Amino acid sequence: MSAKTLYDKLWDSHVVRQDADGTALIYIDRQLVHEVTSPQAFEGLKLAQRKPWRTASMLAVPDHNVPTTNRAAGIADPISRLQVETLDANCAEYGVLEFKMNDIRQGIVHVIGPEQGATLPGMTVVCGDSHTSTHGAFAALAHGIGTSEVEHVMATQCLVAKKSKAMLVKVEGALGKGVTAKDIALAVIGKIGTAGGTGYAIEFAGSAIRALSMEGRMTLCNMAIEAGARAGMVAADDTTIAYVKGRPFAPKGSDWDKAAAYWKTLHSDAGAKFDATEELDAAQIKPQVTWGTSPEMVVAVDGRVPDPASAPDAVKRGDWERALAYMGLQANTPITDIKIDKVFIGSCTNGRIEDMRAAATVAKGKKVAANVKLAMVVPGSGLVKQQAEQEGLDKILIAAGFEWRDPGCSMCLAMNDDRLAPGERCAATSNRNFEGRQGQGGRTHLVSPEMAAAAAIAGHFVDVSKG
Amino acid sequence: MRKFSLLDGLVVPLDRANVDTDAIIPKQFLKSIKRSGFGPNAFDEWRYLDHGEPGMDNSKRPLNQDFVLNQPRYQGAQILLARENFGCGSSREHAPWALEDYGFRVIIAPSFADIFFNNCFKNGLLPIKLAAEKVDVLFKAVEANAGYKLKVDLEQQTIGAPDGAAYPFEVDAFRKHCLLNGLDDIGLTLQHVDEIKAFEAKHRAAQPWLFA
Repeated sequence: MSAKTLYDKLWDSHVVRQDADGTALIYIDRQLVHEVTSPQAFEGLKLAQRKPWRTASMLAVPDHNVPTTNRAAGIADPISRLQVETLDANCAEYGVLEFKMNDIRQGIVHVIGPEQGATLPGMTVVCGDSHTSTHGAFAALAHGIGTSEVEHVMATQCLVAKKSKAMLVKVEGALGKGVTAKDIALAVIGKIGTAGGTGYAIEFAGSAIRALSMEGRMTLCNMAIEAGARAGMVAADDTTIAYVKGRPFAPKGSDWDKAAAYWKTLHSDAGAKFDATEELDAAQIKPQVTWGTSPEMVVAVDGRVPDPASAPDAVKRGDWERALAYMGLQANTPITDIKIDKVFIGSCTNGRIEDMRAAATVAKGKKVAANVKLAMVVPGSGLVKQQAEQEGLDKILIAAGFEWRDPGCSMCLAMNDDRLAPGERCAATSNRNFEGRQGQGGRTHLVSPEMAAAAAIAGHFVDVSKG
Repeated sequence: MRKFSLLDGLVVPLDRANVDTDAIIPKQFLKSIKRSGFGPNAFDEWRYLDHGEPGMDNSKRPLNQDFVLNQPRYQGAQILLARENFGCGSSREHAPWALEDYGFRVIIAPSFADIFFNNCFKNGLLPIKLAAEKVDVLFKAVEANAGYKLKVDLEQQTIGAPDGAAYPFEVDAFRKHCLLNGLDDIGLTLQHVDEIKAFEAKHRAAQPWLFA
């Protein structure tokens, strides 16, 4: 038998049928559902008088619209409230398990899936959300889909798909002090561009990836979509299996042993062929900061805002000029001279317990700078929040002047009330620095939790790998 | 789904790369539980000078006259000419819903983000990939000629320009078939219900924990 990539193994084990032109039906093991991209799918199902194929494969949670303060008062915005109530009503009608807004298990869909063990190695996982790539950290084939496909998976348990090409991103060596999975992700995007992974499923491998915790691997796979790849993945190993063990949805008893034995086969075979390979030296990666309005507009913290005159072509030059104007930045400004107004620590990229710990470690005994109007920490789930509080992280952060919020997507995309005012500059641990993403006219710089917390304390970006 | 076969449509050029789905339809409009009515808010932050919210009377909002979609010569455009990596970012199908509701039927660009590309075909929108040099030629032609139209023929897989030039394009056979006939994927997939059931039984036997 020829050597297979991890992606080959996951694809092959889910093909229901395949046409001569490669169009396939692949079976979906887990569908995660949130309030924004599901109402039209449920409505379509209803109009066609169809029922979900396998309700038990679904897990729903409201996350985008939920408030992060005073949750007991409910959702003030009537349109947001209706969307969450519509999810509640649809889940009740079809018998879909939902963690409602005030359930301790509620949180960002990409945080709660793994936390519950609802994401398992070897699975196919979909959700009407591009950051579904996160779940690939578990050696799962996971990607975002549109609402029509959400309805399709509900009705048929399958997705119409063609196999992507396979890309290997290999990161060897040890990360330096203050350098995290987020910095690997941004460095990869800086290298290959936001369209570099288009048409590919990316496998992240190498000693630096194997050394990452599951939280770190999730951060990395989460950002695969920002490199254009629908799916990112990491081979299963002892770290993966140890993380899954004992979680509510994880297999138990004899199933556990059988599952764990199977999961150990979920890696690319020696000699497996990839369509493209990128290699990075972990030791060379520095803390990263985006300067523009696309995640590929990124430099190391000791660098400077680039000069559009040095852009490789006219289209890029135009993009860089527009980005600098939008961001209110001058070419050649040292990154560490950029002052910030707000800090957002959270999101499906960096809202997990390790991220909370990293922020608290930096903030301990310090104070948020006077020029920083708001520094908020939004845990990714109720259980992350609970654990952080058990560890006393909330007290450290609050003492330093951070706000400690309730879980949700929050200011990553600003669908709830958490948003930037026009012109405000934010150090954010989220995943997109697009124009208007965190609020119309808002200026986003993507960084790691360590870098965001350090910027909150200093009032400007600082190099956490120094000192 | 609406069928698509032939279109002779006015072209509007959107000259920037990496146009993301947040720009195509900003998040505040995603609170809707419907799949129609997004057209007036397509490119909201570029199109209007004020901040848009659901429920506003868009006809009374101040327009950004510099934005290409607001220029008189491009009113009624059905073909959007764009640059590389169009539709990147969020998987929101609200983006193709908004473009379709605005009146677009075809988007031509050197490259598209995967999820957006896929979502277009579910909504009667045809995304066409053309080589960057060809897209460049079209940008110059549109900007130089008011009322510039292109003839898009899905059956023949060609774009015809007024100067007689023809641009052949590739399209996946299955997607072409669905678009030409306005077919709904779910109905097609359910023709294979026995195969799905057989696969599921085998999968359950091999990995029972997935069905616990």
